[in-house]
Amino acid sequence: MAQFNLYQEEYHPSPWQYTWIAFKENHIAVVGLFCLLFFVFITLFSPIIAPFDPTYQTTGDLLIPPAWFDNGGISHLLGTDALGRDMLSRVLYGCRMTFGISVLLVLLTMLIGVGIGAVAGMSKGFRSSFVNHTLDSIKAIPTLLIAIIIVAILGTGLVNSMWAIMLALIPQFVHQTREFISNEMQKEYVMASKLDGASNIQLFFRTILPNMGEVLVVQCTLALSISVLDISALGFLNLGAQGSLPELGHMLSEGIEVAYLAPWTIAIPGGAIFLMMISINLVGDGLRSALRNRLLHS
Amino acid sequence: MDLINVENIRFEDKISRLFTPARTVFSLGPVNFDLQAGETLAIIGDNGSGKSLLAKLLVGLETPSSGKILLNGLALSTAHHKQKCHDIRMIFQNSTGSLNPGITVGAMLEEPLILNTELNVQERLSKIDNTLRLVGLLDDHKFFYRHMLSDGQKQRVALAKALILDPKVIVADEPFAALDPSVRSQTVNLLMGLQRDLGLGFIFISHNLGIVRHVADKILVMENGAVIESGKTDVIFNWPKEDYTKRLIETHQQLVNSQYN
Repeated sequence: MAQFNLYQEEYHPSPWQYTWIAFKENHIAVVGLFCLLFFVFITLFSPIIAPFDPTYQTTGDLLIPPAWFDNGGISHLLGTDALGRDMLSRVLYGCRMTFGISVLLVLLTMLIGVGIGAVAGMSKGFRSSFVNHTLDSIKAIPTLLIAIIIVAILGTGLVNSMWAIMLALIPQFVHQTREFISNEMQKEYVMASKLDGASNIQLFFRTILPNMGEVLVVQCTLALSISVLDISALGFLNLGAQGSLPELGHMLSEGIEVAYLAPWTIAIPGGAIFLMMISINLVGDGLRSALRNRLLHS
Repeated sequence: MDLINVENIRFEDKISRLFTPARTVFSLGPVNFDLQAGETLAIIGDNGSGKSLLAKLLVGLETPSSGKILLNGLALSTAHHKQKCHDIRMIFQNSTGSLNPGITVGAMLEEPLILNTELNVQERLSKIDNTLRLVGLLDDHKFFYRHMLSDGQKQRVALAKALILDPKVIVADEPFAALDPSVRSQTVNLLMGLQRDLGLGFIFISHNLGIVRHVADKILVMENGAVIESGKTDVIFNWPKEDYTKRLIETHQQLVNSQYN
């Protein structure tokens, strides 16, 4: 049926809708988003999907190749590793562990980092510049290096490596938040809120935080990719996950011993890390450019 | 009784470095004036003459180093910050900058109500609707974000934000400067109408002497942080005493004459 457009309808989406519209224009970023959603799905439901227990060793089936090889079998779709554990289940649980822990870490880091950053951004003078310069000098050291140093102090283990990565990621959040808030504090709408009688806490939560969403989301994707990489790197160096824990980096380092004999033991977890990193970075990049486009719009 | 009395207000802007003694960069005042309910005071003067600073002192963004501001005969101090927020409201020069880009107009208008009054949600909503209608907007504008409004609408929202607490005095820093002539005259008329209806004291800073002559009852002329002349609008426009004021008015007259000839 024909539709008549007699009046020019003006469509004004809200700031978040603007970001989504600009994000949708970037098709590769949308593919990345679906990939990321796939990993979220795996993280939530891997116990239901996985055909085997990831630590269950089938003693007769060592190093069975994936199903598409001549001597592979259908019962182990991606083969088994040197101890006879099903690779598919291990990769699913590995994604769950690496990705899930990273998301958790980033959320915690965001809370702490934004808190410290807000205090630093709201305060003036010596206190603010002390926080800023101390954390900036920490930021100059690569996060993996800081994480290794912290693990060296605390001792190896998955929980210790989580602490290490969290501490290494905090300075970036603090820096971003502080910069954003001290910029906004100069603006007139913040002054207007001050005149409304808002205390600093109310100023932060009611006035500045609604504008900070996108900055935080972009910073979160950056931090997420760093934390996935660092967790698997620490696992690979045997500083993080220990024993039979299905963690992607740890699986890689176990696979290295039989790499010539059974290349799939490193190809599969390696591919999973690669896909995870690519999807996170695509989404982050898409969000950043969407944000830029949105600012051009409004 | 006077609505607002400003007595000998002074302000000194000092820069203090770590190893050098503090030095005064700019000093304002002493400034004296008083204003009745329903009256309008215009502050005119050059850029950098301390007009905006005076406005900030009045609303409490800066603290004066000496002097008093009396509201209805009672001294306002930092202890009365809430009352100051409530009774003296400010309209900023740049209406775009003074509106929060991340929240809706309704949320923006609700904020001062939450902070300063004990109204419940229903009462707040009806207050927001009433204030929006008062400044010539619709109820539905409360769902709008900043970027959806035109310049004139933004100025009206800024005005609604100032009026929502039923203030006694409104201080405006060049409220008409960024508007085009037709919207400007609309806004001026709106403000004058509201002032008459609500009995507001209105203090505004302007470069536009045409508007000043049209709106103001009293004028304060400032140069380099000092008040050099003050008085009734007619008196100042017809019999200016200071050289500086004469020059300002001459330039304005030339502008008017060139437009009519």
